[in-house]
Amino acid sequence: MSDIISKIGFLQQGPFAIPRWEALFANIDVLGRGALVTLLVSTLGLALALALGTLIGMMSASHVRPAKAFARAYVEFFQNTPLLIQVFMLYNAIPILYPGLFIPVIVIGILGVGMYHGAYIAEVVRAGIQSIGRGQLEAAISQGFTYVGAMRYIIIPQAMRIVLPPLTNQAVSLIKNTSVIAIIAGGDLMYAGDSFAGRFGHYGPTYIVVGLLYFLMCFPLARLAHRLEVRTRGN
Amino acid sequence: MIELVGVNKHFGSHHALKDINLEVPSGQKLVIIGPSGSGKSTLIRCMNMLEKPSSGQVIVDGVDLTAHRAPIAKVRQSVAMVFQQFNLYPHKTVLENVSLAPIVVSGVSKEEATESGFKYLERVGLAEKADKYPAQLSGGQQQRVAIARALNMHPKVMLFDEPTSALDPEMIQEVLEVIIDLAHGGITMVVVTHEMGFAKEAADRVIFLDDGNMLEDGTPEHFFENPEHDRTKLFLSKILR
Ligand SMILES: Nc1ncnc2c1ncn2[C@@H]1O[C@H](COP(=O)(O)OP(=O)(O)OP(=O)(O)O)[C@@H](O)[C@H]1O
Ligand SMILES: [Mg+2]
Repeated sequence: MSDIISKIGFLQQGPFAIPRWEALFANIDVLGRGALVTLLVSTLGLALALALGTLIGMMSASHVRPAKAFARAYVEFFQNTPLLIQVFMLYNAIPILYPGLFIPVIVIGILGVGMYHGAYIAEVVRAGIQSIGRGQLEAAISQGFTYVGAMRYIIIPQAMRIVLPPLTNQAVSLIKNTSVIAIIAGGDLMYAGDSFAGRFGHYGPTYIVVGLLYFLMCFPLARLAHRLEVRTRGN
Repeated sequence: MIELVGVNKHFGSHHALKDINLEVPSGQKLVIIGPSGSGKSTLIRCMNMLEKPSSGQVIVDGVDLTAHRAPIAKVRQSVAMVFQQFNLYPHKTVLENVSLAPIVVSGVSKEEATESGFKYLERVGLAEKADKYPAQLSGGQQQRVAIARALNMHPKVMLFDEPTSALDPEMIQEVLEVIIDLAHGGITMVVVTHEMGFAKEAADRVIFLDDGNMLEDGTPEHFFENPEHDRTKLFLSKILR
């Protein structure tokens, strides 16, 4: 066995050498804790993104001018600037705007991905609402539903089937995008991997395992999106 | 019950309704007739404010709906509308279609709304379809469900915008029969239609619209036998042949 290993040079030395793997697995709990932070930020970030996205998507599809204008501005701003800069700004601007206000980096991460993906989800929701015929809204309104009531009971439940696959895809990219909080020492999986790898130079094994952990979180969702898409197309 | 005072409607540069003055007393069965594009839908949709008039007043059941902060949604609960395209809620069963708004909007208990909803489904002959979805019904059946849905709001006024125009010919009669049956009751009805037989049988008043103007206003006999305007005669000669 060791005979074979000794012949495979890249397991002996270099970025993927066996001792580096051993060091990594001896400290695997570091990545485990990072993965938990990533899951936490992803879950709460997704909840925020869904809430914001539904609200802003509804505003965007409405005919109330100020609401629509605000929604458009929101979407354009967050879609057309890098998430990295948004998170950096949140991290650095809040202490200047509100001195003394301490916000944990995890919360900044949640706000960051929540607001950013909220913009994308708003577009998904808007398209979903607009795919439901105008007659549905008119029927509901003519029965005395308010705009919000019509959305809640009539339009959104129908739009849901159409928007579920793209929403699931948004969840996948949201999980991956939580890795930007690594730049503000977010304690997430990316940060844990970065700092562990950086300390001893074990980049190779660390990034492979970190990548694998992201894959494990995202892949089931991607499969789900695919299944939902097939189902939606089926009808 | 419904009063339109000096109502105008502009769509951009198009003047769709021109100074319409119309009072529909409680219990009246009013039929609106006119060529395509004459403003019939716009007029009936002003009555529940699905279209907002550019000027003038719409007063329904004593409430000026064009006033600032008028309780429009409240009034709509008693002004039911039946659409050309049925517009049933496709994600709800037939019974849910007829009971949803009473429960959510009017605050009626679920038991009560379901019970009365079932009663109206029986009345339109579709009680056995209560658990089906709209897509499982024919056009005529869907429109009868839409009528039951309207009735389950216990409305004071029913508005019909070409309720049979989207139907295959063999289904028109089953829907007209339901509407004629309703017309025998005391409810106020406004019906946009191209069915002249219906107008003769069920209306007690006919108005004729042409290019946004109300040209004729009178009894069905007056409208069909002694119309005042040449435009009306031309329209009738084409449609009755
Ligand atoms: N939302 C709108 N935007 C612009 N123009 C409109 C709109 N709704 C109606 N119009 C125009 O106003 C005029 C009257 O339309 P309306 O739908 O009231 O006619 P109608 O008498 O109901 O016709 P039809 O018999 O074809 O249903 C038409 O010329 C139509 O093109
Ligand atoms: Mg019309």
